[in-house]
Amino acid sequence: MNLTTALARLLIFPGLLFAVPAAWFILWMERKAVALMQGRIGPPFMQPFFDFIKLLGKSTPPRPGIGGLLMRAWPLIAVSSAAGAVGLLPVLPTSGGFEGDLILLLALLELPSMCIIAAGFSSGSIFGEIGSAREAVLSVAYNIVFLLAIVSIAASQHTFRLDALAALPASPLRWLGVLALLVCLPAKLHLNPFSLPNAEQEIYSGPMVEYAGPELAMWELSHGLEWVAATGLVATLIAPHIALWWLAALVFVALSFFIVLMLSALASATARLAIDTTVRFYWQCTLIFAVLAVSSALFMRLRS
Amino acid sequence: MNSGSCNGCDIELVASLSPRYDAEQLGVRLEGSPRHADILCITGPVTNNAVNAIKTVYDQVLGPKAVVAIGSCPASTNVFIESRTLAGPLSKHIPVDVFVPGCPPRPDAIIQGVAKAAAILAERGSKTAITELSIATVTEEVQP
Repeated sequence: MNLTTALARLLIFPGLLFAVPAAWFILWMERKAVALMQGRIGPPFMQPFFDFIKLLGKSTPPRPGIGGLLMRAWPLIAVSSAAGAVGLLPVLPTSGGFEGDLILLLALLELPSMCIIAAGFSSGSIFGEIGSAREAVLSVAYNIVFLLAIVSIAASQHTFRLDALAALPASPLRWLGVLALLVCLPAKLHLNPFSLPNAEQEIYSGPMVEYAGPELAMWELSHGLEWVAATGLVATLIAPHIALWWLAALVFVALSFFIVLMLSALASATARLAIDTTVRFYWQCTLIFAVLAVSSALFMRLRS
Repeated sequence: MNSGSCNGCDIELVASLSPRYDAEQLGVRLEGSPRHADILCITGPVTNNAVNAIKTVYDQVLGPKAVVAIGSCPASTNVFIESRTLAGPLSKHIPVDVFVPGCPPRPDAIIQGVAKAAAILAERGSKTAITELSIATVTEEVQP
């Protein structure tokens, strides 16, 4: 893959030109699905796009000094890393040149969450600090499982390269890893059973409380891009390998939207858990399966 | 925001978000932080203690913004008129765009008031967009 195809992947598909409308569509789909399941009508189709444009047109409070500069920088870093993560997804079966591996993708997926933690602490608001502390605890809880799942997938298929993983047929162990990834997705996307860092009712959306206008728009966008990247990662891992590029893209999109629907159903069916329950859930219930997946993957590898 | 209300209007405000009335079909969402808000809904007859809080919250909402006074209390201080503990009505302290009368008003009246405020907000947004040469499509944003 030469420079033009790399740029095309970052900027067109599955990069920005696809990912930004997809992010808005996913945000709308989540709100609409939750509303329908609560017996409501839900927001109009273009609402996240209108919200984005509206936020760009609003003014921001003055932020003097280094702290203000940092507060302005965090959402931009989050958006760019989430966009980079989407651009890395091996949707199209072309190959050659620069291909990121799982480790780079994980780092880029983790960066928005780091930015959220830093943003809450640099905002100086007590609600922001509580939200950041919760986000930090939550990310320690789910990331162990998340990383173990990734390691088990990579070990079972003998590779960390994304395109190789997408091309190889799925083994039973990979399904176990994908299951562990799916368990982590609600926490990664701050969905309802694990939505305590951005709890609207208790801490006024936590780390975002002091953000307004274009900065808040960037946070919304980075959240949407995280949605695209996280569901896209699972979609590429479970999608069958298809040589036709348009069919591969279609299957990818359909699978991503299906995962979004399932996650929205979970979000509307559950209530928010307290932080200790959440941590216990990940450390006691889920960690066992992740460790099982990793150890069996390593065992299989040693035997073969 | 509650400025000393009896909680009647606040309950109706919550009811307007419930499945029966569903304000979200207009794209409206309840935001906890004034920094995220565009439309400020105020209930209650504005007690002496609430005046500074109202001014602070009003300043925290960033422009363009609109204010909806919900119920008869913020409009006229209602049955509490001439009470020595009140500093109302609300329009003495901050500019009010829409009054929704009633004690309490029905949820559909509240939703209509918010929709009117959204229309005012759209007009205001397009004016600033023209003067500041920012995004012209800002008018579309709050259309129901």
